[in-house]
Amino acid sequence: MYRPDFDDDALKRLDDAASLEFPAGRVAFSTDTYVVNPIFFPGGDIGRLAVCGTVNDVATSGATPLYLSVGFVLEEGFPIADLRRVLISMKDAAREAGVHIVTGDTKVVEKGHGDGIFINTAGIGSLPDGVDLSGSYCKPGDKVVLSGTLGDHGIAIISTREGLSFETTIETDAAPLNRLIANVLAAAPNTRCFRDPTRGGLASTLNEMATASAVNITVDETAVPVNPQVRGASEMLGYDVFQVANEGKMVAIVPAEQAEAALAAMKASPYGEQAAIIGNVEEGKGKVYVKTSFGATRVMDMLVGEQLPRIC
Amino acid sequence: MCLAIPARVTTIDEGHMATVDIMGVTRKVSLDLVPEAVIGDYVLVHAGFALQVIEEDVANETLQMLKEIPFFEEEAGLNVLEEA
Amino acid sequence: MDLTGFRDPEIARGLIDAIAATADRIGREVKIMEVCGTHTVAIAKNGLRAVMPENVTLLSGPGCPVCVTANEDIDIAIELARRDDTIVTTFGDMMKVPGSYSSLSREKADGRDVRIVYSPLDALALAEKEPDKQVVFVAVGFETTIPLIAATIHRAQEQGLTNFSVFSAHKTVPLALAALANDPEVQIHAFILPGHVSTIIGSEPYRFIAEEYHIPGVITGFEPVDVLQGIYMLLKQIDEGRAEIEIGYHRGVSATGNPTAWALVEKYFKPVDADWRGIGVIPGTGLGLRPEYDAYNAVVKLPVSPPPPKQIKGCQCGDVLRGVILPYECKLFAKGCTPEHPIGPCMVSSEGSCAAYYRFTDYGKA
Repeated sequence: MYRPDFDDDALKRLDDAASLEFPAGRVAFSTDTYVVNPIFFPGGDIGRLAVCGTVNDVATSGATPLYLSVGFVLEEGFPIADLRRVLISMKDAAREAGVHIVTGDTKVVEKGHGDGIFINTAGIGSLPDGVDLSGSYCKPGDKVVLSGTLGDHGIAIISTREGLSFETTIETDAAPLNRLIANVLAAAPNTRCFRDPTRGGLASTLNEMATASAVNITVDETAVPVNPQVRGASEMLGYDVFQVANEGKMVAIVPAEQAEAALAAMKASPYGEQAAIIGNVEEGKGKVYVKTSFGATRVMDMLVGEQLPRIC
Repeated sequence: MCLAIPARVTTIDEGHMATVDIMGVTRKVSLDLVPEAVIGDYVLVHAGFALQVIEEDVANETLQMLKEIPFFEEEAGLNVLEEA
Repeated sequence: MDLTGFRDPEIARGLIDAIAATADRIGREVKIMEVCGTHTVAIAKNGLRAVMPENVTLLSGPGCPVCVTANEDIDIAIELARRDDTIVTTFGDMMKVPGSYSSLSREKADGRDVRIVYSPLDALALAEKEPDKQVVFVAVGFETTIPLIAATIHRAQEQGLTNFSVFSAHKTVPLALAALANDPEVQIHAFILPGHVSTIIGSEPYRFIAEEYHIPGVITGFEPVDVLQGIYMLLKQIDEGRAEIEIGYHRGVSATGNPTAWALVEKYFKPVDADWRGIGVIPGTGLGLRPEYDAYNAVVKLPVSPPPPKQIKGCQCGDVLRGVILPYECKLFAKGCTPEHPIGPCMVSSEGSCAAYYRFTDYGKA
């Protein structure tokens, strides 16, 4: 049943392996496995997540994502209608991103041995000569540019959890950001790196980059765009919005002189309208600080384990 | 030791429950502990219960008073100097 | 409600100056304990320790309900979770706290039915949905939270639910402050009193601390300006030679508290002795369900017998909770003990003082 949904020439040939046209040069290659509960949530589903997540991972290297593979693990009894819904959403996301799903596999496990559906995707992209991005290239003086509001995905998911029920109009931000990245790279070719602040949120991403580059990063809390409902839900649950997951946001570290150009390119790209310059890279030893709205400076710590709603 | 945040009562529902708004997020909370709350009130919400009605005027009065403290202190400081 | 004024750097600066001037007039060392964990977090998060005058020290107290929960009590919650017919529900805060041998989150990973709820009412709804299971709410917390539990039991009673019960590890604050004031190892000149506990109990129950121990206290809110206001009011009392219980957090606390809420508590609970981790048993600081409500008392209804408790070696949480040492003065802080690999509860709970210092400040780190 996948073929009609994915409708790709390579897939239609029914061979064991896809043979693909590929531009000369280097390859970027990434894989991730998607497990989410519930599988359908406000604004998206596990299928959109699985395509966008891997597209974005490939794109952060500066590559143009081209092809995806997909592997499903289904629990016996998983409704066909739900599977179809997931497949259509994957197809739509792939089309939007301009990538082809060219090979796939499905395994069914006994009831009780899975949790509905797990999806693995792997993606390859073509990496132009001269593009060399890394989280270890951040330098004092660089600016931190964020493509939009923080926390939407994590709050959209938690709002559906049994026992925590609250209502918002917040939807997941899951989106393919390969075009946004390409536009930023064209406008700000000396961009040091891109990272998507998924699990662990902005805090984990910035801490990883600060450690890799042996620099400090200071974020100006008042400059960070946050949807008021995300702020409200975070306060209610005792969450730190810097640690809440995103699935359609990009952080770019850009030399100061190209930061405005990068910002303008983000704002002009799909999913980047609310982009902002949120902080600076400084001399240091790998720490991340937040300058709070109150004017104090605190450490921006990494999420340890799972974020749990708290009353204290 | 206990997170509690202000929320506005938007509707009062059956069974001592109310719907409150916290920056656009809505949730049902119990009014068991503040039966006097009415629509439009701000209440302090802790773990799904309203604890207390809070008065916006009181908050503003406090802020007004706090803004004046440095001036008092300046005078107190002068007094100390004078006495010395 | 617009609370931005309580985060206003201008107002804060005025207060910081006033604090400096008052501390200067006092001249001697002043040790102020913030009793409540939410205050500890507010102080760490907003860098308030750094703006204190040299002679003013802020100490963290025992006001993190999770941190002061005894090992024995966590062991009981774990044994309840191990019963096949039982679903254990609790606040997210409790999940990672280690007991003698395990934690609720480890039990969940092992397949026990442990669920996090935001409100005890969510646990009640679960009991309604799962009539064949016993749903136990593991209740920790101070006066702020206890009325919620009482109201939930009241609702269970009204609905005639027979599969809902509560394991009460509640604690009450005022007498614990007396225990600290009596402790010769502890030196405290003033208390920043908890805001939301006082929303329920008002200011009266603290009166004896000022009168018998001559220690001033100010009931304080949780925004940075609130905390600075509380510190300023305390210093002013010391400077003027007064020891009174004052309210700084007027928007959230009245002198009489919330009598409706406390009446519900008294209907269902009676004072019992409570074992505070690191401090020991303090008479009259616990709340147990009255015997007429045994049907809602998990430990009566679903008896469990956990193995004998084991204390954690090398952990100085007890000294931290009593304000004898600051978190970063513990030998394990940021060395053996981090939020990733916590040894004691003060590093586990998000409002534990060790976790607050570790997460938001550079103190004690290489």
